[in-house]
Amino acid sequence: MMYLPIIAALLATLALALARAFAGPTVFDRVLAVNTVGTGAMLLLAVLQFLTDRPGYTDLAIVYGLLNLVGTIAILKFLRVGDLGHGGDDGKEARR
Amino acid sequence: MSAQDWIATLLVSAGGVFCVIGAVGLIRMPTFFTRMHAASVIETLGAGLVIAGLMVKAGLSLESGKLAILGLLIFFASPAATHALAKAAWERRREVGRDVGIPPGEDS
Amino acid sequence: MRYAVAALAFFAFWVVMSGYFTPFLLWAGVGCSIAVALFARRLRVVDPETHPSSSFPLMLRYWPWLAWEIVKSAWDVTRLIVSPRLPISPTMIRVRPTQQSDVGRVIYANSITLTPGTITVLAEDGEFLVHAITQAGAEGVTSGDMDRRVTAFERP
Repeated sequence: MMYLPIIAALLATLALALARAFAGPTVFDRVLAVNTVGTGAMLLLAVLQFLTDRPGYTDLAIVYGLLNLVGTIAILKFLRVGDLGHGGDDGKEARR
Repeated sequence: MSAQDWIATLLVSAGGVFCVIGAVGLIRMPTFFTRMHAASVIETLGAGLVIAGLMVKAGLSLESGKLAILGLLIFFASPAATHALAKAAWERRREVGRDVGIPPGEDS
Repeated sequence: MRYAVAALAFFAFWVVMSGYFTPFLLWAGVGCSIAVALFARRLRVVDPETHPSSSFPLMLRYWPWLAWEIVKSAWDVTRLIVSPRLPISPTMIRVRPTQQSDVGRVIYANSITLTPGTITVLAEDGEFLVHAITQAGAEGVTSGDMDRRVTAFERP
């Protein structure tokens, strides 16, 4: 089975999502991009399991997925109730 | 390569294509809410096809059980995260008092 | 009874996660599953809502249909993304869910969100605010096909 194309595709996905995370423009775009990076990383870990034939990567992917969900919710909760600080160019909009 | 490998490669490659297209959409789409739709392509069809392909590759084993758990996790967690994100963005926009999503030219 | 099903599910999860079949580890799994089921009972977190084992046959009928809907709409969104003119027409609409229970509404809202091209932005009691990337997608939600299916799912 050919693994190189899928790994290249997933890395391209991660790169594009990272570009969106850097570009913003709002903090929610960044959260969305980070969430997408999380999904891509999960898939990459699942593929790595088969590439390296070492057990355990899928477990890592599951843990990563759980942390991804919790992390997203935590960031959103922080944005809603916490002190927002400085979110880059959306700082004016993000401050409550 | 056996038939199993061919099917697995086909599914995984199709999943990879959808992932890349979703990521391109993440860059191309003009507003935040439209970007969410692009991201949901990655989380549903992209992830689903990749995991299905890997499950075909793994056959009936514990490995495909783990992959099934991973798939179910994405299946249940991604709409929750997406909805939380959409709701948070919507509330924030309502507080700010600016319209969301309708004018595609607006940089937001 | 619910706790027995929960403990069985926990044990299945243990076996899949561990992958070892030595007697000691299997018995440790049994012990942990029972302990977690007892904790869940003490915390009262297993109610009919979190534990819908009664509706498994209905799920088996609903999920394939949902999966096909997801594939169709994901293909539509994919075509939107790759087309050079980007022919999107974002729309916000309000729909009234016909489900009675909270679980039914959650399933409906999640199904809308899971389908690419439509996202539930607000899920209030009698009304959902849905963002669709095209007019056609919005019309697909207002036509209420998914709504009817979820309601049928809820009440056999």
